[in-house]
Amino acid sequence: MSKPEKLIENGIRLDGRKPDELRPIKIKVGVLNRADGSCYFEFGGNKVIAAVYGPREVHPRHQQKSTSAVVRYRYNMASFSVEERKRPGPDRRSIEVSKVSREALEPVIFQEYFPRSAIDIFVEVLQADAGTRTAGINAASIALADAGIPMKSLVSACAVGKVDDTLVLDLNKDEDNYGQADMPIAMTPDGKITLLQMDGHLTRDEFKEGLEMAKIGCLAIHEMQKTALIEKYSSQFDEPNDNPPFSTGSSQIGGDAVE
Amino acid sequence: MEMDKKLVTPGEFLSDEVALADEGTYVEDGKVFSSVFGIASLKNHIRVVPLSGKYIPRPGDMIIGIVTEVSFSNWIVDIRSPYEGLLHISEFPRRIENTDMSKYLTVGDSIMTLVRDVDPKMKVELTLNDQRLRQIKEGRIIDVTPSKVPRLIGRNGSMIAMLKNETNCNIFVGQNGRIWLTGKDKGMDMAVKAIFKIERESHIPGLTDRMIKFFKDEKHKPIKEPEKEIVETEEVKIEEPAEVEKPAEDVFEEEKPGGILDELLGDNK
Repeated sequence: MSKPEKLIENGIRLDGRKPDELRPIKIKVGVLNRADGSCYFEFGGNKVIAAVYGPREVHPRHQQKSTSAVVRYRYNMASFSVEERKRPGPDRRSIEVSKVSREALEPVIFQEYFPRSAIDIFVEVLQADAGTRTAGINAASIALADAGIPMKSLVSACAVGKVDDTLVLDLNKDEDNYGQADMPIAMTPDGKITLLQMDGHLTRDEFKEGLEMAKIGCLAIHEMQKTALIEKYSSQFDEPNDNPPFSTGSSQIGGDAVE
Repeated sequence: MEMDKKLVTPGEFLSDEVALADEGTYVEDGKVFSSVFGIASLKNHIRVVPLSGKYIPRPGDMIIGIVTEVSFSNWIVDIRSPYEGLLHISEFPRRIENTDMSKYLTVGDSIMTLVRDVDPKMKVELTLNDQRLRQIKEGRIIDVTPSKVPRLIGRNGSMIAMLKNETNCNIFVGQNGRIWLTGKDKGMDMAVKAIFKIERESHIPGLTDRMIKFFKDEKHKPIKEPEKEIVETEEVKIEEPAEVEKPAEDVFEEEKPGGILDELLGDNK
């Protein structure tokens, strides 16, 4: 797609949003039976799934820390997640995203509760539409809570940017590609920033204003994250699971077999 | 769930009373926050019981382990935790030679064991050196989320007592969420169903009443479908070790109702 002439017209963006409006969000908690915690997260056109395993034994052994857990985060884009087929496997970009996302979550996890163990977070991007790292962090933080891992708080993330000299919240694909700046931010609900990257240029004042916009966006996302978690347990009344977790095997060890 | 209990997410503010902060919480700037996603109770102590999570061993826990390896002087035991359990040869009830270790306990064997000690590096030492502990040779073992164990036992053991009564089974609940059942097949089937129901619904108010109703309904159910019965019989046959014979079983049945488990757990119904 070529550059649209205008990204904002009469204060309305290409997808019909106002500058400070988030894209629609859909969250489902506990979508994977195998994982200890999981979450499916839709953020506009982004569709990501996060799985958390652990705390569990560390393999390879040399990675383990004797006084705390290691957190490992793998961000991966499916080859079909973008228009042009993405060559599968880790690349420079996904290694970077994995690193910064891990560092966005580490400060809230009580790692010292689980020495010599690993907490593994996997984020798979099924469909990408600008802002996958923020979607991944949002999903991962819910999956961590779902896995019962102790945390100081959830982490919420969204981006701000500048298009047509206007600050906008939560950029979409076109705004990301043709805009003047993109700044993904992750923070705790009390405003502690755990991730901040910037691509492009912002003035000092724009930066400050953008940060405030992101703060409001993150708070809105945080509310949705909480609601989604609580929903998992309010809609589960007496609903026998048709495919119980694989590990819940009932094993018979001798005893009275036939009556 | 009483009025003082509610579902909370990590980071949720709970109280200003720092002195009452207990498990599942953390204190910052003179305030108590939840550290896990779970059910908070604010009475007496402020604590949050997580809805999921791994078993973290603590000294004194009675658990069920499965031997995964026999090393020179230790049995290595899976205890459903990020950490493996070590059962040293000297913690076996009688003196045995290193070379004979696998004659007594070998890979795949289940044991009811006690966590003797856990050091800061999470080295978990187990023992069998206690009247109440033994190898598990019969019955079934099922797994539930370790954080649901207290609900399964109930206040002063009321829930587990009801389960035992209604199903005529002996049930031992390990702190690591492994549960050992012995009894007749039909009773065990019902107990397993009941246990999974408790696991699924423990966060919803009125659990005890629902369980009473559950047992009432189960009892009045039409005699089970023959098809299912056949399947189960087959399944059981495959898993049944050859050496377990009928006579042994009968003896076991007879001494059971007042038997080992009750005696070890000290709750004579």
